[in-house]
Amino acid sequence: MLDIVLLGINHNTAPVELRECIAFTEDQSKSALHSLMGKKFIKEALLFSTCNRVEVLVVTDDSARAVVETKNFIAEFNKIPLNQFESALYVHEGNEAVRHVFRVAASLDSMVVGEPQILGQIKEAYRTAIEEKTSGVILNRLLHRTFFVAKKIRTETGIGDRAVSISYAAVELARKIFGVLEGKKVLLIGAGEMAELAVEHLIRCKVDHVWVANRTFENGVELAAQFNGQAIRFEEIPESLKTVDIIISSTGASEYVIRSDQVKGIIRKRKNRPLFFIDIAVPRDIDPEINRLSNSYVYDIDDLKGIIDENIEDRHKEAIKGERIVDEAVIRFREWYESLDVVPTIIALRKKMSAIAEAELKKTLQTSMISEQEARAVRKMAEALINKILHDPTRFLKRNGMRENKSLYIDSVRKLFNLDE
Amino acid sequence: MESIILVSIVLYLLSSVSYFAYLFLQKDYLQRAGLFLLLIGFLFHTLTIVYGFMRSGHLPVSNMHETLSFAGWAIAGVFFGITVKFNLKILGIFAAPILTVIMIAASQFPNEPAATTQVFKSFWLISHVTVIFIGEAAFALACGLGILYLLQENEIKSKKHRFFFKRLPSLEMMDSIGYVCIVVGFAMLTLGLITGFVYAKAVWGRFWSWDPKEVWAGITWLFYAVLLHGRFALGWRGRRSAILAIIGFVVLIFTFLGVNLYMEGHHEPFTKF
Repeated sequence: MLDIVLLGINHNTAPVELRECIAFTEDQSKSALHSLMGKKFIKEALLFSTCNRVEVLVVTDDSARAVVETKNFIAEFNKIPLNQFESALYVHEGNEAVRHVFRVAASLDSMVVGEPQILGQIKEAYRTAIEEKTSGVILNRLLHRTFFVAKKIRTETGIGDRAVSISYAAVELARKIFGVLEGKKVLLIGAGEMAELAVEHLIRCKVDHVWVANRTFENGVELAAQFNGQAIRFEEIPESLKTVDIIISSTGASEYVIRSDQVKGIIRKRKNRPLFFIDIAVPRDIDPEINRLSNSYVYDIDDLKGIIDENIEDRHKEAIKGERIVDEAVIRFREWYESLDVVPTIIALRKKMSAIAEAELKKTLQTSMISEQEARAVRKMAEALINKILHDPTRFLKRNGMRENKSLYIDSVRKLFNLDE
Repeated sequence: MESIILVSIVLYLLSSVSYFAYLFLQKDYLQRAGLFLLLIGFLFHTLTIVYGFMRSGHLPVSNMHETLSFAGWAIAGVFFGITVKFNLKILGIFAAPILTVIMIAASQFPNEPAATTQVFKSFWLISHVTVIFIGEAAFALACGLGILYLLQENEIKSKKHRFFFKRLPSLEMMDSIGYVCIVVGFAMLTLGLITGFVYAKAVWGRFWSWDPKEVWAGITWLFYAVLLHGRFALGWRGRRSAILAIIGFVVLIFTFLGVNLYMEGHHEPFTKF
């Protein structure tokens, strides 16, 4: 009986220095797949490598030897002695290997639980395996199930719902205040990666206009061009508060750039339209007192971090639901996998035939024209027919000679006769 | 008829349960189920109103039972309008329970047909009552939105995103729909007062007779007028607008029920039990 085996390292078991040494590039994984397939005990293979993990998934008829072969292969291919990484390597077999693949694809095992990229990366790895023809009946089925499970977990749980980065959390908040962001005006004070990222997210949400204020006007002009916006002078900030809706501040100033009394007078002029301040600077740029003014909201970097922590906790709660879906899927897959054996297939084939014969006999014998004796003869003939028809396929399936492609033949038989219904 | 009222009460109750489940579990099908149950309940409810109309030959608002039932009917109607227009899923969490309570209250009062008098058969009276009730329903929903607004604003201001943050829509959305409700309510109330004046002139020979109900209706109208003026001229929106919508509705309830309980006047028989 063939077995599924998975070997891998990830961000929990190995530091980045080690992961770097073992990672496979796209081209490398193609040649790696071919050398893996050259091994004696490996029948199917899939290789999956990202910056956070390297996983080798193989189908084998001797798992113990396949593990050794694969380990040696990783060491040889990356030119790194086995003892340097063996302790970081985890090995899963059978159900556990299946579970691991499901969990990884559904992003339950990710550094940031629920991050969406991983599924795409696995799809990419699978495409490579298909192109290189290293994926067979079992891995094909496993990977298709994997994509199905990952998608199901994403739609049925809230695992990817809430923002887990500062800039996304800020945009999520803006949405809860303003509803649609279309037509809103944004003011960016200062510069900085996080602040600029937040502006980019806002632009994607179709905000109307971006102003950039910088102590050095030239820098402001440059940054504004990047956002298709407009630079204003630092002194113009108080005046601009009349028109802008979202203010993102990230300067190196040692005191508040916007004070409470400046905003107080503006609010009435704005006719109480809400103002949302996102303060990413340390020390802070925006007077926290502003949060107490009506229809003004101030979030500083700690507030945003607090929200992210809550959201991550939320994702972990949702992940528990995801684990349940994985458990179910593993059992389902195991059922299919076990049916790939010879005996259950022959039994299923026989059952199917008998059921057909039974149904047809019932139809034919309903008419009272047929005597008891004749009916018995017809039944006998039906049984004999089944035996004769199944004689050759049964012998073929039981023959040892088809060991090499056993799962392929069994799978074909099951498909031909629709035995998995 | 009693049994049909009971059916609609049960449906409203189930709708409330469904909306509560939606609030907690956030599954869209629960919201759809809530809306559907409310709609079926509304159809049964409409039957009872039509029956009341057929039985007496005029708008069925001649006793407390009928009046409350009619008020609930108006709320359900306006609720459907708002929900369909703005795709505001969460409002049912307010409307369905209110509706259930109103209908249970209504069913506690005897429903004896009042003697048909000529008073009820005027076109002006029918318009007066219908329009006023639609207005009151709109104000009720504005109050509900105000409450939801304050809950959401509190979570955003306090930076503790607990229960409501992800369950309630954006502040802007609740504020602007609440505003629409108040505009509709105010327009209807104004129209209701005008038709009331015309009718009073026809029956009692004068537009205004310092009846307590009239006085309180006037106070309510002034209150909402100030609220709307504040919004237009001074930009009273958000928190202030939400609080005023809630207070306004309390005043309205007093005008609707309190006046009849504590004061006397010519509206008395319609809401007396």
